[in-house]
Amino acid sequence: MRIYDIVMREILERKSQMMMSFIAIFLGITAVIAIKNISYFSEKAVERELDTLGANVLILPKSVTLQDYYSADLHDEVIPEEYVLRLTMSDVEGVDNLSPKLCVPVELSDRNFTLTGILPKSEFSAKSAWAGAGIFGRPLGCGVVEGLEEKPEDKKTLVRKRVIETLEADETLIGADVAATTGIGEGDSLELLGQPFKVIAVLPETGTVDDSRVFAHLHTVQELSGQGEVVNAIEVVGCCKQIAAGLVDDINTLLPDAKVVTVTQIAKAQLTINEMLRKVSLAFIGIIVVVGGASIANYMYSNVSERRREIGTMMALGATPSQVLWMLLFKAALLGIVGGLTGYATGTLLAVNLGPQFAGVPVLPMPMLLGWALGLSLLVALAASYFPARRAANLDPCICLQEV
Amino acid sequence: MIALEQVTKQYRHRRGEVVGLDSVDLRIDRGEFIALVGPSGSGKSTLLLVLGTMMSPTSGRVVVGDTSVYDLSVARRTQLRRAKIGFVFQTFNLIPYLTALQNVQLPLALAGVAVSEQVSRASELLERVGLAERMDHKPSELSIGQQQRVALARTLANDPEIILADEPTGNLDPDTRTQILQFFQEFNQEGKTVVIVTHDPAVAEMAHRSVRIVDGRIAHPGIAGQESAAYVA
Repeated sequence: MRIYDIVMREILERKSQMMMSFIAIFLGITAVIAIKNISYFSEKAVERELDTLGANVLILPKSVTLQDYYSADLHDEVIPEEYVLRLTMSDVEGVDNLSPKLCVPVELSDRNFTLTGILPKSEFSAKSAWAGAGIFGRPLGCGVVEGLEEKPEDKKTLVRKRVIETLEADETLIGADVAATTGIGEGDSLELLGQPFKVIAVLPETGTVDDSRVFAHLHTVQELSGQGEVVNAIEVVGCCKQIAAGLVDDINTLLPDAKVVTVTQIAKAQLTINEMLRKVSLAFIGIIVVVGGASIANYMYSNVSERRREIGTMMALGATPSQVLWMLLFKAALLGIVGGLTGYATGTLLAVNLGPQFAGVPVLPMPMLLGWALGLSLLVALAASYFPARRAANLDPCICLQEV
Repeated sequence: MIALEQVTKQYRHRRGEVVGLDSVDLRIDRGEFIALVGPSGSGKSTLLLVLGTMMSPTSGRVVVGDTSVYDLSVARRTQLRRAKIGFVFQTFNLIPYLTALQNVQLPLALAGVAVSEQVSRASELLERVGLAERMDHKPSELSIGQQQRVALARTLANDPEIILADEPTGNLDPDTRTQILQFFQEFNQEGKTVVIVTHDPAVAEMAHRSVRIVDGRIAHPGIAGQESAAYVA
């Protein structure tokens, strides 16, 4: 018989007492894991959703003053397109997407519109892949979760996101107002600055100046307007965490001759929502620490009181105070480990099954939370048991032996 | 040899201090069989605890062999108790969730003895007290007399030089009491020092001497070979 055998037998002897404490820590860990799991995927979903709102960092010529986010590129000042390449090849972290734009006025069906040149993502992805490095060398963007299938997006939503994956030199997309006023639709052909284009999509109405835009490949627009390799603005979709961590400063350092502006409302919204989710999670952790800890401490105190005579007998038979302390802390550690493991399993099951129903987000198991659950439950169990265990270790054995 | 030198023990109480032992001098030689007798509340149990290294005196020294035990750290004192002293309690104090065998193994487990050795030693001792057939029984499945025999076997597990017993026959029927006393006599004949707190004249009669305690003082230190039962209260 080893000392831990004695602990195991004592646990089995007093199962019902232990069960109440176990249930407290099990339920606590279950709740924390379920909440952390769901909030993690909710946070990612929020990031993905906010990502679709558009760019949150703008790179403009120094002299331009930003009046309106949607018309940030409608001015005569330009910056070199080479900035895009510099950004693409840099190791600046947190740039999820880039969209350089060049605007020129065009006439279509006797009406004035803005022809906006945009660069499809496939072009800078190819450049960075060719270079073997750069910001698009990393596969994941904001809120992208490995294992969760992303819905294939059509060109309409991509333009709303300010970035487009592919666009041929003779292809164009037109805003809702352009389509309505000119009667041009998807699949039609039109002529811009003397060159024929094929309309591959009519964009949904946005209520912004984008509705009056015609989008075409940046290089085509540069060539037709004769302005050379320049752009009016570069829109950047930056991950909110990296914006907070200094993405703007990094871009400023990289492009000292440009003005870098944060679209604070979007970045703030991302940060606020993430902060809120983090706080909810922290509040639950606080509750589990207090409730679980109090329950275990209560169990341990009553266990020690009930076993005063038994502990005294062990001391009379040669148990040292440190052996008594060890026995009680070992028991607490077992409680923590079993509570942590079962709490993790149940919390994950709940999150995966109920997450999509309650939070409306797909949830996957997070193995990294296992270590977290075990660590938290062990910490709570040991911390809550330390004082009762120390009290037991300091018991005066003669008081325990009442008849002596 | 155990020697108490001017040992005083005072307890703090709400109404002031209570004297448990008052300047006690006592010498117990190796292999002696001593009965501690006296009226209830006289200080017998306090004396037993002080002897057993379980209660430090307010003043004075307790020497076991050459060691002043209360000058040792708690851990060293525990080691000494584990190696040299065995306790027998009036209510046996068996651990309820351990079997008879495991209860006897307990002191060995606490001393870090190998499991195979624990089992062999505990089995041997249970056989000696006539409980070879009851090794896997829990205390609740044993009679009162069997429980006290398990407790005796447990006391012997670490082969202590000194056995301290508090009213070991107090809860037993006459037949079992006789049987238990015979065991104490056997242990003493094997060279162990036995100190028993008792109100039982039969136990006192069996002892080499009876030490009578009244109001925390030794009223009569007993004389070896003298009729011990005469001093029982």
